[in-house]
Amino acid sequence: MIAKTLVKASQDVGPQGDIVSLEGVSKTFSNGTVALKDLSLGIRAGEFLSLLGPSGCGKSTALRIISGLTGPTSGRLRWPQETASQPEHELSFVFQEPTLMPWATVFGNVWLPLRLKGISKSAARDTVMEALEMVGLASFAQSYPRELSGGMKMRVSIARALVTKPKVLLMDEPFAALDEITRFKLNNDLLALWQRFGWTVIFVTHSVFESVYLSNRIVVMAARPGRIVNDIAIDAPYPRTEAFRTSTLYADHCRSVSQALHSAMDANDHL
Amino acid sequence: MTVASEQHGLEAPMPNATVGLDPAEVAKLRAARRERVGRWLLPVVILALSVVLWDRVCVWNEIPHYIVPRPGLVLEALIADWPILSVALLNTLKITFGALFIATVGGLALAVLFTQSKWIEISFFPFAVILQVTPIIAIAPLIFIYVDSVQAGLLICAWIVAFFPVLSNTTLGLNSADHNLRSLFALYGATRWQTLRYLRLPAAMPYFLGGLRIAGGLSLIGAIVAEFVAGSAGSGSGLANQILEASYRLNMPRMFAALLLISVTGILIFLVMNLISHLLLRSWHESALKREH
Ligand SMILES: Nc1ncnc2c1ncn2[C@@H]1O[C@H](COP(=O)(O)OP(=O)(O)O)[C@@H](O)[C@H]1O
Ligand SMILES: [Mg+2]
Repeated sequence: MIAKTLVKASQDVGPQGDIVSLEGVSKTFSNGTVALKDLSLGIRAGEFLSLLGPSGCGKSTALRIISGLTGPTSGRLRWPQETASQPEHELSFVFQEPTLMPWATVFGNVWLPLRLKGISKSAARDTVMEALEMVGLASFAQSYPRELSGGMKMRVSIARALVTKPKVLLMDEPFAALDEITRFKLNNDLLALWQRFGWTVIFVTHSVFESVYLSNRIVVMAARPGRIVNDIAIDAPYPRTEAFRTSTLYADHCRSVSQALHSAMDANDHL
Repeated sequence: MTVASEQHGLEAPMPNATVGLDPAEVAKLRAARRERVGRWLLPVVILALSVVLWDRVCVWNEIPHYIVPRPGLVLEALIADWPILSVALLNTLKITFGALFIATVGGLALAVLFTQSKWIEISFFPFAVILQVTPIIAIAPLIFIYVDSVQAGLLICAWIVAFFPVLSNTTLGLNSADHNLRSLFALYGATRWQTLRYLRLPAAMPYFLGGLRIAGGLSLIGAIVAEFVAGSAGSGSGLANQILEASYRLNMPRMFAALLLISVTGILIFLVMNLISHLLLRSWHESALKREH
């Protein structure tokens, strides 16, 4: 594997080491598909890390393993900073689709994670409204998902992920289905929230431009079998704005990441 | 941070501004109104016309009233025989709604049980299918031999016919909850009960209501068929018994009157089920939404 020491933590989180690490993780599905092969990756606290790769290279699988939704076939997942007494990892998942319950209001959807922990509606009200405030949808609390645009639904989905005040945010191509204008807007809002709260974000995408704009580290993956082929630091400073999007620095990074992605795909050009 | 621009830019407010409608929109509105009125006016007119036609055919062909009674005669029979017919109607309604109730509760409970364990479903689903595919008219005589109370026998027959759609639809619905939502529930450590209560049951609601709509009609059919087989006269007799008895005496107007009552009951059940379904789903489900085109 490419040395992960390449990466300098550009956040001022200090040298805390990895918050979560995959060690020699492989995943083979029962139908014989090798989704991941011997994948090792350490993710630092406060990092905005993108997993970039062509579809089918195991990005979602890696994310599901980190979330604990599925286990690795071999290798292991570690949360080095957690003590045994900690009941659960403080993480949240945002899917590609908004994945809202159509029968519940926006409030009801964001309340869900707390409700499952046994917190009543009145006790959860402030926290839920705070999360909706963060994504700018407080005035839509009583709307149903069908009344919202695609971008707004995604915001609700993000608010639901934030309502538990997670340390780690897992996002699986969350903006892939949105139009470009909405996507740019959500990119900016996500970055602003990340700078404010300092979560660790693991962001899956197949867009070079999106990954360079957002992340301070890009892990490039290749398919069959799913593996890491490159680990690139993007050292441009935050806050990143529209000015960064049009800068030559951005273009340079995009070019080198794009090259890394293409050499990863060339390895599979028989496909 | 602010997202005001997105909210106002991308999300059109409710179309309450009717100023400055162009002719195309006016035409569209008019077409919508025409459709709204036509939707109930047309069936009513067609129905009225066919009743008139029925009457005319009887007159033109001089069909005797003991073969096909004129509509007026049926109405007279309905009024004159109301004391008998209303009792019969009540008895049939009791069986119908009793069976529908047990079918609903039982179907729902069985469906929940089935989705809790693959093995329970595999073991017992075939029984449900057997009960469903065997014509009730063939099982009914047996039931009336084994069950002493006619009422209970009727109820069992009507229940057998009605419960399957509730069971199979609800089972399908419980299993069709969104895959990612299920992952989300697992991620947040939801208990089995929480997943059922907050995810699977709401997701199954449209399917359950679809099953209920079918079951409503079937429980009436089941009740009528069972009454025919039971063939009992006396205090417990329903509309089917009235039809049988009237047919022995060639009392055509009363047969038609009883038939009319059965049809009207069926239509009412259908409408009530539609209404319940609409009320429960109107805020969120595609089937109950009015779309602006
Ligand atoms: N549940 C599953 N069963 C079998 N194969 C799967 C399953 N999930 C994913 N795969 C396969 O594993 C590979 C990686 O999938 P995935 O992680 O979804 O890739 P990505 O998210 O990068 O597009 C693909 O070839 C996919 O078909
Ligand atoms: Mg994927």
